[in-house]
Amino acid sequence: MMEAMLSGVGLLSLAIWVPIVAGVLILMTGGDDNREGQRTLALVGAILGFLVTLPLWAGFDIGHARMQFEELAPWVPAFNVQYHLGVDGISMPFVILNSLTTVLVVLAGWQVIQARVGQYMAAFLIQSGLLNGVFAALDGVLFYVFFEAMLIPLYLIIGMWGGPNRIYAAIKFFLYTLLGSLLMLVAVVYLFFQSGASFEILAWHRVPLGMTAQVLLFVAFFFAFAVKVPMWPVHTWLPDAHVEAPTGGSVVLAAITLKVGAYGFLRFILPIVPDAAHELTWLMVTLSLIAVVYIGLVALVQNDMKKLIAYSSIAHMGFVTLGFFLYNPLGIEGGLIQMISHGFVSAALFLCIGIMYDRVHSRQIADYGGVVNSMPRFAAFFMLFSMANAGLPGTSGFVGEFMVVLGAMQENFWWAFFAATSLITGAAYSLWMYKRVVFGKVAHAQVAGMPDLDSREFLVLLLLALLVLGMGLYPAPLTEVMHASVNNLLDHAAQSKLVY
Amino acid sequence: MNFTLSDLAPALPEVFVLAMACGILLFGALTRDSRLAHVLTLLTLLGAAALTAFTAGSGTSHAFGGQFVDDAMADVLKLMSYFATLAVVVYSRAYLAERGLWRGEFHALTLLALLGAMVMISANHFLVLYVGLELMSLSLYALVAFQRDSALATEAGMKYFVLGALASGLLLYGMSLIYGLTGTLELPTMQAILRAGARDSLLLAFGLVFLVAGLGFKLGVAPFHMWLPDIYQGAPTAVTLFLGSAPKLAAFAFTMRLLVDGLEPAIGDWQGMLAVMAVLSLAIGNLAAIMQSNIKRMLAYSTISHMGFVLLGVLTGSLAGYSSGLYYAIIYVLMGVGTFGLVVYLSQGGFEADALDDYKGLNQRHPWLAAIMAMLMFSLAGLPPFVGFYAKLYVLQALVGADWIWLAVVAVLFSLIGAFYYLRVVKLMYFDSPVADAPVVARQGGAQVLLSVNGLAVLVLGLVPQALIALCNQAMQLSLQ
Repeated sequence: MMEAMLSGVGLLSLAIWVPIVAGVLILMTGGDDNREGQRTLALVGAILGFLVTLPLWAGFDIGHARMQFEELAPWVPAFNVQYHLGVDGISMPFVILNSLTTVLVVLAGWQVIQARVGQYMAAFLIQSGLLNGVFAALDGVLFYVFFEAMLIPLYLIIGMWGGPNRIYAAIKFFLYTLLGSLLMLVAVVYLFFQSGASFEILAWHRVPLGMTAQVLLFVAFFFAFAVKVPMWPVHTWLPDAHVEAPTGGSVVLAAITLKVGAYGFLRFILPIVPDAAHELTWLMVTLSLIAVVYIGLVALVQNDMKKLIAYSSIAHMGFVTLGFFLYNPLGIEGGLIQMISHGFVSAALFLCIGIMYDRVHSRQIADYGGVVNSMPRFAAFFMLFSMANAGLPGTSGFVGEFMVVLGAMQENFWWAFFAATSLITGAAYSLWMYKRVVFGKVAHAQVAGMPDLDSREFLVLLLLALLVLGMGLYPAPLTEVMHASVNNLLDHAAQSKLVY
Repeated sequence: MNFTLSDLAPALPEVFVLAMACGILLFGALTRDSRLAHVLTLLTLLGAAALTAFTAGSGTSHAFGGQFVDDAMADVLKLMSYFATLAVVVYSRAYLAERGLWRGEFHALTLLALLGAMVMISANHFLVLYVGLELMSLSLYALVAFQRDSALATEAGMKYFVLGALASGLLLYGMSLIYGLTGTLELPTMQAILRAGARDSLLLAFGLVFLVAGLGFKLGVAPFHMWLPDIYQGAPTAVTLFLGSAPKLAAFAFTMRLLVDGLEPAIGDWQGMLAVMAVLSLAIGNLAAIMQSNIKRMLAYSTISHMGFVLLGVLTGSLAGYSSGLYYAIIYVLMGVGTFGLVVYLSQGGFEADALDDYKGLNQRHPWLAAIMAMLMFSLAGLPPFVGFYAKLYVLQALVGADWIWLAVVAVLFSLIGAFYYLRVVKLMYFDSPVADAPVVARQGGAQVLLSVNGLAVLVLGLVPQALIALCNQAMQLSLQ
């Protein structure tokens, strides 16, 4: 272990602390008198934060499943808590995705946010650092610290810059997610004793446990992560939070925060309590399929665009959890690809809705119509992202869904059948919304006067469009990165850890 | 019993504080110079801290024929008490001066209450314990009623006195029963006798019930908590601030001395009582706090729930449990002093910031104070990376380690309920707009600096918690030997 200890500050530490330090610096620049400077500082911080994560991709060794870029230092020796960071093929892409999203979010809030700009930008940067910490932490308590601390900035973001019902949404979001994570804290402490006084997550992967203990641990972890994903029926906080959050908040929420839950399934539940997970596969698959089918239908009848995308997110995340509980490489890799793709697509859709909202100040589908006449360039981008959301081949949305359906087919025809219906409902709600918003007669004078994308918005959407298409046409580099780690995870999940 | 001067050495801080308190009382009567009393009080606290720190490394020592003990736990608790009292004196200066209460008597009474707390912390004998308790309590009764022209404060003082006297009576009765059983008032001897085999377990349990009930009163845990919200609300905020500082540490020490130093062999009897009290405190404290519109009352209920958490640590009967209780008590006092300090700070310009609505839009009125308050609230709610999280983690770890997993689950579920009302304060400060006639917050130099330090300590101790945790652990280990 000691040779893994790095002498200097490692890349992962930089990925965590650069945005946080930038955020604190912004807070120190005072009130709204320094708006311009604060924005620039935020952009510099976000870009620096993104740049330090690039070597993670470049220097990643895809040949093995061990943790890479490890950092190890004692933190609270009294509890045997260590500052232990490291990424494998499962977590590394999310660190990069998150850091990239932060840049987009800072750009998205550039003009829209005029009140308390410093606090807004700082909240997002600090949030970004904390999220990187969640994905990089290899110590149970360290993970928990990041996992809970990230609630604080998002709570403030929704509550301070959100819509009319923001306070209800913010408190609901916070308490809902806190409920889940507190039970996990007990589970973490329990595992500490079971593993002989260790908070190492990787050591927990090897701890033998009885069935009752496994099921209870499963329940505790399940609440923590299922609320975050969110899985049906604990999803109700998400539409509220999305609708009320400012655009940037929705983007981070959909693109990254939801992924934390799914990531937790892979890092904690499958390897730590494999027997309980196998035993409860029926439950997980059922819940996932309900999310895919039922929530897909719910999305169809929404009048509010943000709500529609929120429900569509839940349905897409149902695909992810379904893939994870198939226990085959196609399913898990498909789920992971779906997570990353959804990160891009939902971020792009929320940004698109934000762009329209900034001009017309409405999220109601009925208030639009004929947007293509006033915003042709925007309409083209919006088309691409709606198609990706529907899972059109050639876009990133297709790859993950297809892999999961294939994986499901290997296990059970009917699972695959129900999962595949989402290709229909997804197309229905995405394209129907697109039709009503973009095509048709120009329904309102305001819509006629909407200016097309400015260069900042164009740049952001172009970047996302390239990523969506790139991933859709050539996903191999991403699957290669994950491959070794996914196989290793499946080995762990296949081994019984039962003690009698 | 031969008395020698060297007997006094372990009690030197107490002697010093007593002498200074008398001096301040005299000076106050002669000169009525409040500033002198203020400076002398601060010097007293610093001097006492130096004296305690000077003897801290030297191991356990006894005085007055073993009635008085100066061990590592006592040193830690006393040092924390000095700093908490120091913060109280600094925070409340402007508040008291504005209301004409900033007088020598206030300082003298505060020091005497502190002295009582110190005696309790170091007591090794039923009578010494009781004398310390009464000294502290009587000073506190007077302090609560210090604002003579306020009907609310006078009522609170009266209530506190009557209920406090009742609790003392219960304690004394319990002590007499235990004395009857063991034939000794000295805690270590009592432990040895009980360990050799209790002669009458029914009588022991009977006495214990009274002792624990009295203890519950002094700690302010349910179902003996009724007095607490009224007194917290009625007392001048500066006094409420003090009630939540050194006396809480003394109450913790009181619990440890009585139940662990003296009656640990009866753990089977008191463990269950503490478990019931702890769960009730968590439930009542957290649920009732939600319904409050007065921040002092809300924080009073929050105190009840936090004291429940301290009991959770103690009831495990393990070293980890005792040190987690010690750590929790210290961290609670740090957070409590900061929170009430902020309430005191904002109560200026003839304005009492005691309604929750007074905190609306604080972020727009004074972002830094709002940030401090937000950090304190998140810490009280037990969220990382603030120090309140480690306090909770430590207790949970002790609970799970002693196989009280269901209690740990109950504790975290009530923490969730608790999070709601702490979040509401953050919501008021950050999401709401200030009311139209909100006064401008005037700067109070020393208090603002200390408040900043206090707020940042909550964050910094959360980022690097090791030192304090190790200190508590070590102190407890040394004291139990």
